Amino acid sequence: MPAQKHIRNFAIIAHIDHGKSTLADRLIEACGGLSKREMKAQVLDSMDIERERGITIKAQTVRLDYQAKDGESYALNLIDTPGHVDFSYEVNRSLAACEGSLLVVDASQGVEAQTLANVYQALENNHEIITVLNKIDLPAAEPQRVRRQIEDVIGLDAADAIEVSAKTGQGIDRILEALVERLPAPAGKTEAPLRALLVDSWYDAYLGIVILVRVVDGYLKKGMKISMMAAGTQHLVEQVGVFRPKPQTVGQLGPGEVGFFTAAIKEVAQTRVGDTVTEAKRPTAEALPGFKPAQAVVFCGLFPVDADDYNHLRESLQRLRLNDASFTYQAETSAALGVGFRCGFLGMLHLEIIRERLQREFDLDLITTAPSVIYQIEMTNGQTIELHNPADMPEAVKIVQISEPWIDATILVPDEYLGAILKLCQDRRGRQQQLTYAGRRAMLVYHLPLNEVVYDFYDRLKSVSSGYASFDYTHHGYEPGDLVKLKILVNGEPVDALSMLVHRQHAASRGRVLCKRLKDLIPRMLFKIPIQAAIGGKIIARETIAALRKDVTAKCYGGDVTRKRKLLEKQKAGKKRMRTFGKVEIPNDAFVAALKMGED
Amino acid sequence: MSRPVSRPVNNVGSHRKVKPSPIAVYVHWPFCESKCPYCDFNIHVREAVDADAFTAAYLKELDHFAELVSGATCTSIFFGGGTPSLMPASAVAAIIERILKRWPAADLPEITLEANPTSVEASRFRDYRQAGVNRLSVGVQSLRDESLKMLGRGHDAAEARRAMHLALEIFARVNFDLIYARPGQTTTEWQGELEEVLGYGAGHLSLYQLTIERGTAFYAAQKRGELVVPDEDTALALYDLTQNVTTRAGLPAYEISNHARAGEECRHNLNYWNGGAYIGIGPGAHGRFGGFGAAPWLASSLPRSPERWLKAVDKADWGVGDLIRLSSRQRALEILMMGLRLASGIDKARFAAAAGVPVEEILSAAATARAAESQLLENHQDRIVVTPKGRRVLDRLLVEIVA
Repeated sequence: MPAQKHIRNFAIIAHIDHGKSTLADRLIEACGGLSKREMKAQVLDSMDIERERGITIKAQTVRLDYQAKDGESYALNLIDTPGHVDFSYEVNRSLAACEGSLLVVDASQGVEAQTLANVYQALENNHEIITVLNKIDLPAAEPQRVRRQIEDVIGLDAADAIEVSAKTGQGIDRILEALVERLPAPAGKTEAPLRALLVDSWYDAYLGIVILVRVVDGYLKKGMKISMMAAGTQHLVEQVGVFRPKPQTVGQLGPGEVGFFTAAIKEVAQTRVGDTVTEAKRPTAEALPGFKPAQAVVFCGLFPVDADDYNHLRESLQRLRLNDASFTYQAETSAALGVGFRCGFLGMLHLEIIRERLQREFDLDLITTAPSVIYQIEMTNGQTIELHNPADMPEAVKIVQISEPWIDATILVPDEYLGAILKLCQDRRGRQQQLTYAGRRAMLVYHLPLNEVVYDFYDRLKSVSSGYASFDYTHHGYEPGDLVKLKILVNGEPVDALSMLVHRQHAASRGRVLCKRLKDLIPRMLFKIPIQAAIGGKIIARETIAALRKDVTAKCYGGDVTRKRKLLEKQKAGKKRMRTFGKVEIPNDAFVAALKMGED
Repeated sequence: MSRPVSRPVNNVGSHRKVKPSPIAVYVHWPFCESKCPYCDFNIHVREAVDADAFTAAYLKELDHFAELVSGATCTSIFFGGGTPSLMPASAVAAIIERILKRWPAADLPEITLEANPTSVEASRFRDYRQAGVNRLSVGVQSLRDESLKMLGRGHDAAEARRAMHLALEIFARVNFDLIYARPGQTTTEWQGELEEVLGYGAGHLSLYQLTIERGTAFYAAQKRGELVVPDEDTALALYDLTQNVTTRAGLPAYEISNHARAGEECRHNLNYWNGGAYIGIGPGAHGRFGGFGAAPWLASSLPRSPERWLKAVDKADWGVGDLIRLSSRQRALEILMMGLRLASGIDKARFAAAAGVPVEEILSAAATARAAESQLLENHQDRIVVTPKGRRVLDRLLVEIVA
């Protein structure tokens, strides 16, 4: 077990594509954690979805044994943090487990919004920050300009930034030395009761539930009875170990160390990121600061395309929750879509990940309804209720006021796209807070309603800036808004899965767009189909799908029978991909497609 | 689920013979002088065709199917294509003779041959009559020169008129094929043309709306924007006009595109629409036959390439195509979609006999009731009939009402 003076704990802060995973791989390789043969590109991102999207969803750690130039041997613990705004709380807790960070900036691209948000979080956690300019081997690298930008935008001294190429390995040795020299060693109390930060947890097929911890004070030992302070549960520690990066059991973890333990815990839901782990019979007096229960902010309905899959969907959600306690689900019945689940997520990416895993790992065909945020509704009877689903909105006469969540969004964008971004934010009811420049990049801070962001804001942002804009946000709290429920009626029947809360000023235009979209998405039938948007009883937009007037094969003889029959069978099967409302069939994908507001 | 029958055909029939039943025989002659830009049939253009070799192959394949479907009675023969009027009359005679030898007819069967109205082909009409053909179907397509040119036809309007006269002179039963809803066609123009055709007094007209099929020259031209067919409203107006004009003239539609004076309906095609059995021989031909005891119906299809077919027949006595078992649902679907094309609709008793299940089994009761309510069909005790209004949208209606 290393002494605290020989331990350094660090995280890597980087924007997607700036080379975090490659750099981590190089560091592991340089310290001999894995042989060349075992090095799979991007060791730390283990889920398929993580590899494909180039993002990290779960925190992971690796202990590197480094022989420094001073002749001493050091344990360098790299904590790989999730890399997306949806997981900012998890990032914050990972950062809290470290004394310092490597700030990795692409020397050809410069600082991005996400990097900025995470650097601020690192500074809040009193991190020593080592700046690294990556991709220095690229012809487009401009280390001087990026140094200046780091100083201007973040306010960090970048004079001693280390120039590296994670691809070629250039400068890796200098990073390792800097970690030893510049990062403070942990300063935990060896005699104090155990106090460890729960960084993350997951389900492993061999080990069961694995809990990642940073020991702050005291010791975590095999056979110890521990208590989770926020969860209020007690467990017997079965195994204690470290990742190098393969799991390796050790007798105990001491102050300053990062590692894992298992304790026959059944569900990840019992382990909460940010919780304090202590010894049951000698508990610490004070839990570590900063714990927050996971809070879903975006909700949507998930319905099986085939109603027979309902039980399979429920079991799949249960299975997924074993590994990710941050999403919630509860049964929901929609007049339109039948039985399914209302699910809550940390953000839009989180929603997409869960949906994709359900489809991929559990082979489910799903209908996703419009994402919604949580509204607070003050009722005439004095109660305040939380509304997760627009379909459940109380009658207008019972409502005093509706409040909606707002965010502070930070957007970094090359100035030629600034106009388009300003317009987008303005269209989404944004209020500009700040506009500053660093070289040719503008940094915008906007106050935005979250419900304007959840639909397709990120896609639009990327599209109007040719992919150059980067975006991050923090929650700002609730503000009252003039919000109304926009209902959609197809052939006179309200379609609950398409209703949404919108700002009154936007209701008419959004209603028009929705009706037009649906007109293109719903196939023509044998009768005409009116599509209406309404607020309360008032119709605010209308389109009509004309009746199909002529649809018959001119020639059909003995040689055509097989082909025509197969076509009929195919069309019949296609109807299964539709939902019936009264007499009208709506294709399943229309529910999501209709809500992509962007292009109009 | 259908699955291919892997056994050779002659073994299928060796111990279970078809009980005697009426059967129609289709003979596909796949060759044309040139390919029309709207045609998606199995047709081939060849410099020269060894007619003797093909005739011998047809006879061989007939014998083969006769072995499989023995004891049936031939009710009709149809020479289609391609362009069967390019066949030597002697070949036609030999095939007819062989068919009637294998499946003797109680009454004189209807024997139709499709013919093009070029002068060369018209000169053979009398020989075909001599060979046993008793009904001629002439591919007039239009009586307007510019339309015939647009449709890529090898004849002009004057030739067409001569051929029509000649056909009516030689054959007691004549059909004229026409294509309407052509690019730019107006109702006035079509009415004039249609009335001119009706003036000839043929007992049967096949009037097809121009359909742009995938893989044709017209399909490509439409994609490039060079071909614009009438929009839905115009197409509908042309269709409605067709119904009115032919009904007034005493040739109402008895099927979506087929019009006949009473008693002049094409028996061969009625057999398709009524779900009867038929043998198809020649490249790309399809057949439907069955009833080996309780065994299901089979769908036969032969190789589309004339050369491949010829080679196969030479070696194996038939084209060695596919023989697929039809499930009872597939069979019922086929009879339903074919039967509802008829103005007289589906006779429920006949449907049950042909399909082995009552028609209600494959219909959604609710959707059928809705369609009846919307006056798209009539569901009587003994039959189901799609109304003229429903027939305009029959393809979509079928998707709705099938369970």
